Amino acid sequence: MKPEQEMVTVYIMGKAYQVPAGLTIMKAMEYAGYRLVRGVGCRGGFCGACATVYRLAGDYRLYADLACQTTVQDGMYIAQLPFTPGERAPYRLEDLSPEENPLLALYPEIARCVSCNTCTKACPQDLEVMDYIQAALRGDIAKAAELSFDCIQCGLCAMRCPAEIVHYHVGQLARRLYGAYLAPRAEHLAKRVQEIEQGVFDEELDRLVKMGREELVEKYRARDIEP
Amino acid sequence: MKRIPYFPGCGLKDQARGFELAALAAMERLGYELAELPRWNCCGTVYSLASDDLMRHLAPIRNLIRVQELGESRLVTLCSMCFGTLKRSAQFVEEDSERLATINAFMDEEDDYQGGVEVLHLLAVLRDEVGYEAIEEAVERPLEGLKVAPYYGCMLLRPRGLGVDDPDHPRVMEELLSALGAEVVDHPYKVECCGSYLTAGRADVVEARVAAIAGAAVQRGADLIATSCPLCQFNLDTRLSQAAGRRGTPSIPSVYFTQLLALALGADPHLGEQAIDPRPVLAARGFLSEVRG
Repeated sequence: MKPEQEMVTVYIMGKAYQVPAGLTIMKAMEYAGYRLVRGVGCRGGFCGACATVYRLAGDYRLYADLACQTTVQDGMYIAQLPFTPGERAPYRLEDLSPEENPLLALYPEIARCVSCNTCTKACPQDLEVMDYIQAALRGDIAKAAELSFDCIQCGLCAMRCPAEIVHYHVGQLARRLYGAYLAPRAEHLAKRVQEIEQGVFDEELDRLVKMGREELVEKYRARDIEP
Repeated sequence: MKRIPYFPGCGLKDQARGFELAALAAMERLGYELAELPRWNCCGTVYSLASDDLMRHLAPIRNLIRVQELGESRLVTLCSMCFGTLKRSAQFVEEDSERLATINAFMDEEDDYQGGVEVLHLLAVLRDEVGYEAIEEAVERPLEGLKVAPYYGCMLLRPRGLGVDDPDHPRVMEELLSALGAEVVDHPYKVECCGSYLTAGRADVVEARVAAIAGAAVQRGADLIATSCPLCQFNLDTRLSQAAGRRGTPSIPSVYFTQLLALALGADPHLGEQAIDPRPVLAARGFLSEVRG
């Protein structure tokens, strides 16, 4: 006989449901009969589509997390956010100069940050969101890019911010600027591409292409293996 | 090497790089490391005068928590605006424990701020801790023959009791400049406002203010104006240069006091950000061997 399934009570959009303990919020909603068409994506914690807010009985905090990554608790009040409105500033990356702090120029509202840290508390990726906005404010693009690297653009920071900043767009621009202008270039790669274009390896490649199977296998077995 | 936690502020990482770099280099010569506060955020920029708007005090108090986390009780700043905002917010929570309790309850992800962090301006550290005698001894190139008009502006001195010196008759910058061997040029506009952040929307007002300040310094024969605030510096330098050409507009370079300190101590003064270049006059007085472009 199957052991009896432990059930918990959750409140989805205010209505009570009995769902099996151990389900994620997303699976609990589907168990309760919801068919998710928005606010659902990869189901693996990477796409950022399933931003969710919830409260727990007897706790004043408003929690924010991903529905696909968070297990239900007894007495949880859940609301799913289908979408976060947030305008991305129009820009052409090649027209921007990292010296002129384009983060502040394109998103001047970051100057409204009062360092309340609510964004950081909302982040399901545990990023130091406020710190990267502060870095953006003072033109430290590399720091903003580094601190926002694991952002999945779920939008919870932007939904909670009293200064109405759209953090994830700022972080995305910081990473794009970093990649385009600040990241150290791989010089050996440019050199190798040049060698390929000059035909340095053509002869060697031709020889391999024309080689018979037996000789290829032999060469493969005798190859140099770096320690 | 003595170590003091140091709050740079956004301006010093952006348009006022020379202010900070000169200070770090000069303080090292005096045996002090200004150790940048980890994870600092904006000071709050403008001290909030609304007594019930506690949200505006989160930024400064959070910085003071960072000092507390280091097990330190002092924080030194260079920018007059940051100094004013941090110092006044520290005072604001010091004088009313209920305000502090509310702020601490809001920042429930941080350790409670216990109070007691002392916010210092570098000028006060140089006066009270390093001492002018030690500075005089450390001077490698006395600024003899250089005529410098100190300019204090507002936030360094006011409100009375919280500023670094007497708001009507400050001496701290004069004494420092004298210790460096410079000739101090006194003038009646040294504690007048530069126009402050009116520069964002009313550049015309600021241009009139800085023309009066610069005019007073030029009339009394100054070579340079010494400042302690990136906003004063921007107004006295960039705004003044933009007003140049108008009849009667004076022209005189402004530099941060840390840049003169570095110059006298034989460290790199990190000049070159100014719109009105101070290097020609410094070269003419023999303090720079060559003018680099």
